[in-house]
Amino acid sequence: MSESVAERHTADASAKKIGLPTIIIGIFFLIVLIAALIIRLPMPVLISDLLRRFGMNGLLVLAMVPSIQSGTGPNFALPIGIVCGLLTIVSGIEFGLVGIWLILFACIAGTALAIAAGYLYGKLLNSIKGAEMMIATYTGFSIVALMSLVWLMVPFASKKMGWLMGTGLRETIQLDAVGADSIINKFLMFTIFGIKVPTGLLLVFFVFCILMWLFFKTKTGIAIMAGGINPRYAQASGLNTDKYRIIANIISTVLAALGIILFSQSYGYAQLYLAPLNMAFPAVAAILIGGATASRASVSNVIIGVFLFQGLLTTSMPVANQLFIGTDLSEIIRMVIQNGIILYALTQVKGVAKQ
Amino acid sequence: MVNNLLTMKNITKEYFGNKVLNNINLEIAKGEIHALIGENGAGKSTLMNILFGMPVISSTGGYQGTIEIAGEPVHINTPHAAMAHGIGMVHQEFMLIPGFTITENIKLNREITKENIVSRIFGKQYESLDINKMNADARTALDKMEMGIEEFTLVAGLPVGHMQFIEIAREIDKTGLKILVFDEPTAVLTESETQNLLSAIKKLATSGIGIIFISHRLDEIMQVSDRVTILRDGELVVTMNTKDTNTHEIAQLMIGRKVSFERNETKNRTLSNDTMLKLKNFVVRMPGEDVKGVDLEVKKGEIVGIGGLAGQGKLGIANGIMGIYPAKGEVLFEGKPLKMNDPKGSITAGLGFVSEDRRGIGLLLESSIELNTVFTCMQIKNSFLKRVGPIKFKDTKKIRAHTKRMIKELDIRCTSSEQRVGSLSGGNQQKVCLARALTQEPKLLLVSEPTRGIDVGAKRLVLDHMKKLNEEQGITIVMTSSELAELRSICDRIAIICDGKVEGILPPDASDADFGLMMSGSKRTNTEQGAIHNV
Repeated sequence: MSESVAERHTADASAKKIGLPTIIIGIFFLIVLIAALIIRLPMPVLISDLLRRFGMNGLLVLAMVPSIQSGTGPNFALPIGIVCGLLTIVSGIEFGLVGIWLILFACIAGTALAIAAGYLYGKLLNSIKGAEMMIATYTGFSIVALMSLVWLMVPFASKKMGWLMGTGLRETIQLDAVGADSIINKFLMFTIFGIKVPTGLLLVFFVFCILMWLFFKTKTGIAIMAGGINPRYAQASGLNTDKYRIIANIISTVLAALGIILFSQSYGYAQLYLAPLNMAFPAVAAILIGGATASRASVSNVIIGVFLFQGLLTTSMPVANQLFIGTDLSEIIRMVIQNGIILYALTQVKGVAKQ
Repeated sequence: MVNNLLTMKNITKEYFGNKVLNNINLEIAKGEIHALIGENGAGKSTLMNILFGMPVISSTGGYQGTIEIAGEPVHINTPHAAMAHGIGMVHQEFMLIPGFTITENIKLNREITKENIVSRIFGKQYESLDINKMNADARTALDKMEMGIEEFTLVAGLPVGHMQFIEIAREIDKTGLKILVFDEPTAVLTESETQNLLSAIKKLATSGIGIIFISHRLDEIMQVSDRVTILRDGELVVTMNTKDTNTHEIAQLMIGRKVSFERNETKNRTLSNDTMLKLKNFVVRMPGEDVKGVDLEVKKGEIVGIGGLAGQGKLGIANGIMGIYPAKGEVLFEGKPLKMNDPKGSITAGLGFVSEDRRGIGLLLESSIELNTVFTCMQIKNSFLKRVGPIKFKDTKKIRAHTKRMIKELDIRCTSSEQRVGSLSGGNQQKVCLARALTQEPKLLLVSEPTRGIDVGAKRLVLDHMKKLNEEQGITIVMTSSELAELRSICDRIAIICDGKVEGILPPDASDADFGLMMSGSKRTNTEQGAIHNV
């Protein structure tokens, strides 16, 4: 029995190394790119757009790494961290902060808030072992609904955020009004061959990637990983696996909070209410496209995944609009790819939950 | 013998080129109780699986040889066919539905039905149950067993002894039952329940049913069986009349003289009188390997073996000490009490563990040899780390040097220290487990089934290395193994576990018969029985 299991393990591992989703999406991306060349779309614009979206989505995808590595699966409860980030942005605006001070405040306060939220969320996950992904999804949904009430009822007075009449915050809050629009993107930004390179944005993303990579070389990082791969092994080695699952989910939640701040400043708007509802899904899809599984993920999976997924979205939209004039096909393609990839990945889930 | 109910001729079965049964002949006469006995892995279950046409047999290439029932050659390839031929089986684990009554359980899928209006229109599927007839049938079956219990009682909550009888009643109720197989029926019964069962079995046999009785309790076999067949390593050792033999002889034949590992006498052993580890009334709840109150003492510098049949609790001891399965009782390590259910505490105290569940809790299969070797030590003892401010990074250089040394020392065959453990052979994986335990520099090493699933050459190496560790570094070793030959080759004393307790402690050169008797739990009754038969 044991030998055939070993063979299957080896076969699985080699199949994962190549990564079926990565290949499929990679080929698809190439085809769309060629199509874009044929119909003479302005390449510099496309690439600028790709770089920007790559950077602004990066942290949200990176947030998947610790939760997957710890064995709790992809963090479908990403909205928890996201609302923490959004809450601190709007609080900062209410306090009258502008520009880089607003972003800094949001990052620091957001981190603090996300640590607390991540801790509670980790506790929750430890009490429902085996059903993490399902519970995570609905926890994310619930928190969004709860926060919708908060956005409506929060007694903020800032004119920049309120409705024309009545109380509550607007659905989208423009950040250029507070001087925070693309403030990180513009740091050291330069243009080459007509391509705008958002240096600051990419720098932030890569710094976090390096930090994450380093983290999994530390004692704690290794313990999280071992607990994720084989919890019984970790327990037999005297580790408190529950503790490491909580740490991992705190990190994930903090990254989600920082990720939405980075996202919002690049986008130019802080989107409240139902906007965070489906933000976990593209992030999960991206890391899975990058070759991660529901139980193993690495920083390289994040970089490859975000690049391919966002690349495909940015290029397919104008291409589809050119080819099928008058339809909104690109959005449909996005939904098909995103949900198809998640579905594929979930069918591949094994081991983690069952143990 | 004439009038054989069942004849199995020249049965040979291979699993992937590995012969597990070789030319087995078995004959069951009418009304005979035929005992089938052998150690774990001797081939009893495989033989019964063949008789029952279990899918596991046909899916692994079938078997060779012929089966005849009442003189007619038959080919049994599904359990359904086996039942049609009148073969019944009483399982060790009860296959009963707790929420059903006794009658419903007995008649499950063989319900007696009567017509009603709906069934006349929609067909037989919709006929209603003839409860009265069913109850009457169940009553007859229960009466045959002399069971006074009401047939409409729910199965849930009945004592296990009763459940066993209901299983038997279900088999009896099947019309045309010719052969009934009991697979270790007394394993879960109390003594008085066992006696009831045995007399019921005898009664059944007198009604002309052939009975195959599988058990490792020799005294029961002596008590009920007419003939006994002994299997060992897939070979038929002997079939003989029970009255011509005794437990002593059966035990000896069952253990036999296997290709044993040479025992080299040793030099420079530092055996001291200091107690290293002491277990007092130690209880472990490990499913399938429950430990029910073990007292054991291990001296410093000793190699102690723990042996016994599967499911008797020998594996639970080490797992309990390491805190992997819930345990209670008293464990003194170097005179200090060890906290129960605390793996970290056990590791810090200086206990190393090589688990029998190599792939489950012994290794991170997808990770490198390096990580597997140092993981526990890094996490518990903070070694192999370098500090950068408050952050502790792994010290790859140190880890690699250490792992390379271990690879050399234990002769782990690999392409590099970064190779994935999952891609190593079983023997080399076992060595990685050993390397991990040794990296912790344990004072006492608990090793469970160190040679499970590895080839003979590798077995020798692993055993030799443990001996070397003991001699050169003075590490005390407690080795748990199902293979007696292995224990006898390196241990100073061997504790035999039976029914969750220490049945006895034997020196490695004790006779096969002594080991056999202890493993089957018949030591206590041995003297009287032996006396009777030797007269």
